[in-house]
Amino acid sequence: MSKIIDVQHLSFQYPSSDVKALDDISFSVEAGEWVAIIGHNGSGKSTLAKLLNRLLVTDTGDMTVAGLAVNDENTWDIREKVGMVFQNPDNQFVGATVADDVAFGMENRGVERESMIKRVDDALAEVQMSEFADREPVRLSGGQKQRVAIAGVIAVTPEILILDEATSMLDPQGRREVIKVIRDLKARMGDALTVLSITHDIDEAASADHILVINDGQIVEKGTPAEVFGNGPELIKLGLDVPFAEQLKAELRQLGVSVPAEYLDEEGMVKWLWQSSFNK
Amino acid sequence: MIDKLILGRYIPRDSYVHRMDARAKLLLSIAYIAIIFLAGNWEGYLVMAIFTIGVIHLTNIPLKVYIKGVKPLIWLISFTVVLQMLFSTTGVVWFHLGPINITNDGVVNGAYVFIRFVLIIMMSTILTLTTQPLAVADAIEYLLMPLRKVKFPVYEIALMLSIALRFVPTLMDETEKIMNAQRARGVDFANGNVFQRMKAVVPLLIPLFTSSMKRAIELGDAMEARGYRGGEGRTKYRILKWHMRDTWAVVAYVVLVVVLIGLKYYLPVGI
Repeated sequence: MSKIIDVQHLSFQYPSSDVKALDDISFSVEAGEWVAIIGHNGSGKSTLAKLLNRLLVTDTGDMTVAGLAVNDENTWDIREKVGMVFQNPDNQFVGATVADDVAFGMENRGVERESMIKRVDDALAEVQMSEFADREPVRLSGGQKQRVAIAGVIAVTPEILILDEATSMLDPQGRREVIKVIRDLKARMGDALTVLSITHDIDEAASADHILVINDGQIVEKGTPAEVFGNGPELIKLGLDVPFAEQLKAELRQLGVSVPAEYLDEEGMVKWLWQSSFNK
Repeated sequence: MIDKLILGRYIPRDSYVHRMDARAKLLLSIAYIAIIFLAGNWEGYLVMAIFTIGVIHLTNIPLKVYIKGVKPLIWLISFTVVLQMLFSTTGVVWFHLGPINITNDGVVNGAYVFIRFVLIIMMSTILTLTTQPLAVADAIEYLLMPLRKVKFPVYEIALMLSIALRFVPTLMDETEKIMNAQRARGVDFANGNVFQRMKAVVPLLIPLFTSSMKRAIELGDAMEARGYRGGEGRTKYRILKWHMRDTWAVVAYVVLVVVLIGLKYYLPVGI
């Protein structure tokens, strides 16, 4: 597999700040992977996302996105290939109705109206929002608005989908819906779509193939969800949550129950509890 | 707050007027204001009134709604009518008090002004009640197109207009939220004299302003990330279609103009 995102020695500092938001970061993402970037507030996650499609510009470090070097010339070509969903569902809703918003990206690319109509329908069907096509944003829930935002991205068939805390302003229900849509999308597109999700949400991170942990502008850990969540106490020290199963293990450990050291998801944890009470 | 205001609201129905092209409706509404000045006598105004009520009937929205739309403006109308009546100097004097003369011409002119006002308001209400704000924005964009020749940024204005319209309800919601939040902290918006009230608005306006800035920045980022590079070279998802029914509406207006001109210039001669 090829590297679809390659970042070498990237640093970035906001003009108004005297600390580096990102300090000498290097990582790469394989095509078709789902990578989650987690870290506490102000750790530089969102900055990284904006650097990748040149909404922010840095002088130091080399980045390649979808085979294109990130520089002035390639800005718009990169944005063709990178779809981004932001945090606030209201502030990224450009269109006056759902269908208009989904069409916005295609309008910018000069897509013919005939194919636009079909692609809007398909994209809305994909996120299960077809019956809302004529609705205005005020009459949608946060989760629905984020699904529309995803539909807008799908409609222009990007190679990379960046979710910049796309679920952080949603209620648990909306969050589940959005994650399900992304999972289904990833299952359908397979290796044609790379997902980079920047998140606080542990379920979202647990869906990923790999997790990068960022702390104060530096990558402090990389690995599979099992590896990363296995270090529960470390994560809590960095101001992050751990999955429910890990929290349960920590509680049990305090009560003197000897729990397995390796990471278990909820199902694994249920199985283990089941078996251990049989053994008693 | 917004529910009381009929002017500028859209009521979805399925009617002849609803299905009309927004450009036709916008143009004809503007034309109506010019046309009404062609009516110079009772017959003219009668024709205009019948025409207007006919159009209202075609919108499938009860007359009640339109009358409600006129109500908030009734003071302005009455004021103008009274001024008209008091300061007319021609015609037979009916009533006399100091420098004020009420003449028959004054009363008749006052009545004309009243009818003119009511009809114009009703016709403008028809436009907003039967057309989605978005379609109106599209129509304005289309009608401004010729101005591109003189380097007027039509696409940008149109985008601004449609984004502004899209954010009106969102900002209303937010205003309500901030108001309640400030009320919970003890700000009194409803009482006090003019100065106290003006002062009370500050804790509402400043948060609203800063959050609008934040919204603007985020929206700008989202638009750029989705490939927006300015108006040139974009295609359009929404388009306006001119139908036969729009042509018929124009024909009806032409007939109306002919009738009015006939009534104004030839009727008195005939009598």
